[in-house]
Amino acid sequence: MDFIFQPLTLLTFFPLLGVLVLLFVPSDKKNILRWVALITTLITFGISIWVLTLFNASNPDLQLVAKYDWITVAGWNIQYHLGVDGLSILLVLLTTFLTPISILSTWTAVEERVKDFMLFFLLLEVGMIGVFLAQDLFLFYIFWEFTLVPMYFLIGIWGGPRRIYAAIKFFLYTMAGSILMLLAILWLGIYQGTFSVPDLIAKGGIDPHTQLWLFIAFAAAFAIKVPMWPLHSWLPDAHVEAPTAGSVILAGVLLKMGTYGFLRFNLTLFPQAALQAAPTLAVLAVIGIIYGAAVSYAQTDIKKLVAYSSVSHLGFVMLGLFALNPLGISGAILQMINHGLSTGALFLLVGMVYEQTHTREFKVYGGLWKVMPIFGTIMLIVSLSSMGLPGLNGFVGEFTILLGAWGAGLKGGSYGSFWYAGLAALGVIMAAVYILYMFQKIFMGPEGSIVEEVKKRGHALRDLNAREIVTVVPLLIFIFWIGLYPAPFFHLMAPAVAKLVAGLQTAATAMR
Amino acid sequence: MPPVNFSLILPLLTLTIWACLLLLVDLLVKRKEITALLAALGLAISLGMTISQIGSSGTGFNNMVVLDGFSIFVDALLLVTGLFSVAVAHGYIKRMGIERGEYYTLLLFSVAGMMLMAQAADLIIVFLALEMLSIPLYVLSAFARPNTDSEEAGMKYFLLGAFSTGFVVYGIALVFGATGSTSLSAIMSAASSGTSNVLLLTIGSALILVGLSFKVAAVPFHMWTPDVYQGAPSSVTAFMAAGAKIAGFAALLRVFALAFPSLAGNLTPVLAVISALTMIVGNVIAIAQTNIKRLLAYSSIAHAGYILMAFVPYGQAKVVSTSVAAGLFYLVSYVLTNFGAWAVVIALEKSEGKGLEISDYGGLGRKYPALAAAMTVFMLSLTGIPPTLGFVGKFYLFRAAIQGQFYLLAVIGVLTSLISAYYYLRVVVTMYMREGDPEAANEPWLNITWGLAALLTVIVSLVPQFLFAWANAAVLKLF
Repeated sequence: MDFIFQPLTLLTFFPLLGVLVLLFVPSDKKNILRWVALITTLITFGISIWVLTLFNASNPDLQLVAKYDWITVAGWNIQYHLGVDGLSILLVLLTTFLTPISILSTWTAVEERVKDFMLFFLLLEVGMIGVFLAQDLFLFYIFWEFTLVPMYFLIGIWGGPRRIYAAIKFFLYTMAGSILMLLAILWLGIYQGTFSVPDLIAKGGIDPHTQLWLFIAFAAAFAIKVPMWPLHSWLPDAHVEAPTAGSVILAGVLLKMGTYGFLRFNLTLFPQAALQAAPTLAVLAVIGIIYGAAVSYAQTDIKKLVAYSSVSHLGFVMLGLFALNPLGISGAILQMINHGLSTGALFLLVGMVYEQTHTREFKVYGGLWKVMPIFGTIMLIVSLSSMGLPGLNGFVGEFTILLGAWGAGLKGGSYGSFWYAGLAALGVIMAAVYILYMFQKIFMGPEGSIVEEVKKRGHALRDLNAREIVTVVPLLIFIFWIGLYPAPFFHLMAPAVAKLVAGLQTAATAMR
Repeated sequence: MPPVNFSLILPLLTLTIWACLLLLVDLLVKRKEITALLAALGLAISLGMTISQIGSSGTGFNNMVVLDGFSIFVDALLLVTGLFSVAVAHGYIKRMGIERGEYYTLLLFSVAGMMLMAQAADLIIVFLALEMLSIPLYVLSAFARPNTDSEEAGMKYFLLGAFSTGFVVYGIALVFGATGSTSLSAIMSAASSGTSNVLLLTIGSALILVGLSFKVAAVPFHMWTPDVYQGAPSSVTAFMAAGAKIAGFAALLRVFALAFPSLAGNLTPVLAVISALTMIVGNVIAIAQTNIKRLLAYSSIAHAGYILMAFVPYGQAKVVSTSVAAGLFYLVSYVLTNFGAWAVVIALEKSEGKGLEISDYGGLGRKYPALAAAMTVFMLSLTGIPPTLGFVGKFYLFRAAIQGQFYLLAVIGVLTSLISAYYYLRVVVTMYMREGDPEAANEPWLNITWGLAALLTVIVSLVPQFLFAWANAAVLKLF
């Protein structure tokens, strides 16, 4: 039984305890249900902080490893294998950090079937943490696929008017990619004899041609999840139809599962294929950056704008990853966190105003600054962070990525051209355009018709209340912290990134 | 005097005698609950005997019947299927007003026939078992008479079943002509030593494949399935979908892996095409269904395709044990999941075929959370989403395909799984995201069936190593 009392096992499965408790709470006791879920996720966050204190930042390898034989009969070699390293620790923290915030945001927004909602949310957290910690491909796949199910219900039951369409589209799109990955996982398990990621990396020796096929199969799963242009079409539907908390988790964490997958598996298991594919993926990333930004500007719905901005922002992450150098990769990891914080906060804020107005159309908004000054201030900070203003978190990530992309390419390996960075920088400018456009439409100019509209319903538009402020402020703290002093965050990932790049360098040398 | 060894077929023999006695006892008891209980008892006793046989093996009756790990595994699975069938039928046939004692007797006979199929080491026994399992099924399909749908189902099943049996018999005759024997071991040695007429043997084996494909409902021999599954009483369909498929695959695995490995070069492409077609046609047509029974019928066709996929590389010596083990493992997962799903269907079915449209499932999630959760588990398991047994089972099947280097087939397999997600999810969507006011039967044995099936589907998927080990140990006995 000692495998239960491993820090990482506890961290992954603690929300299940909350699920158990929830099952015994009657479904009409809504506040008790909410508190149980909130406390569970807060304790989970506490456990993740404990894990952080146990984490040795100077060690590039997997730490706090929990490894036990699971299915080792009939020619299978599957282990229960969790571990954390510099590549994943921040993402785990982001997950445990965003989940209680999301739950807090549903306090008054979700009144229907609260019990089911909280059950699915806690199950989702188990899946997400598991994805970032699993070091055995079979285990990873289970967590990966499993996250689909609760998210599908969250969108399908509590979502907007086109929720069923969006939920099914989300499910089928994501599954389409992951089943191809399943075949690649099986191939590795059969012909390399193990599903363990560290063992597979150590073993290596897959011929470059096969590597490329496996790389493509894995990339199919991750590229859809990220989503990379042109596989992004599920994202606007899912984001817009999902309830606020669902959008926050979707943008904040689920998309990161895709980029994390590239980082953890594609770059390490198939280094030679990664070198070959890097220019292609970088081009797609740049297209995504510009396309996402352009489409964002054309939106008339606030949430849709934020959704499309994710396509653009995650293009930066992909560009950083496939720069294949320490700068690019660490910038990408940081940008994953940044996007989780900024876009998460944007979705929260949009959700808060939507709860009062029941519309997200730009044309009815305007002049809200006077009516909701606190909301306006927070929105301004978050918007500026999202467009990469120096001093806030987005700038640090994007700048590092651009530096990495400029000097991209390993010696003898692949590409190196300032065009990638140059065109991507265009995306930064375009981000300023669409974000300021959004801000201006909502807060500046003459008072929009929505103010009157809400008044007609019998209550005036109010500013954020204490609970809502408490929901966003933790995000603001990190937005400033990363913007002003990102060193501790880079420090956590540096050794692991260095190790990863060293592996790629070896492959590049071997290829020549 | 050929050696007679009754201990080899003890569970089967017991069940047959028990069924005969049950027919008599049924005349004396007024309350049909007792018949149901006695039938379950007979199955349980037989199951106990089967379990006590674990580890033993042998051949008897002049090499016509064999007992090995494979047959024990399949027999046990069939008996569990039988027990489930009694559990779901008990309340259902009373509710539908078709409570007659013969139901259980016929069920027992059919199970006995299926068990014989698993133990057959001679083509004559295969034929005998095929008839013994099929004839009670024809009767059971028409059991809801004077309901015309049910009568039609029985008739259709009978005609096409007789037709397919004809194929099998003709195939056996040709194989006999080619090799001079109907014994699987003699056929194998004749085929591998080159003393047989290869052309006749190939045609014969292909005809046997056709006949068995009818039984397991593989495309293009699947036409009867949707009508029969829809028309037959749901409890019969549940039994038929599981039991007949297990028996058909048991015969297929044993006959082809033992008698015809030398023909693999000719048969593998055929099997690959049948498997691919079955997966594609089953899943694609299922999309268009609005009736849950037809949906599950097409889904069962599709699942036959997945099992066949694992069996395609049966001629490769390194893969065949994986093929067999994967097939067995998948049958277990299929039985659990499928029975669970049928139990939910049975719980929601009203008289005169009401309550069988998918739209009738609206609001189930709100009104019967446990039932809806169980159905969700079954649907996810049929799709192959973790953490369910269906996922682990498919994982195993795909392993056989990839090990045999049938990559294209594996890709077809996963892509059709994706298609299947669409229609399985539609059931889930209806249950949770559409409104309605369904009425579910509350029968203890039925509740136990779907509850147990749902729990096992999830739990066994997380600790599948025991089942893996059993399936892997259930190897075919080579003579």
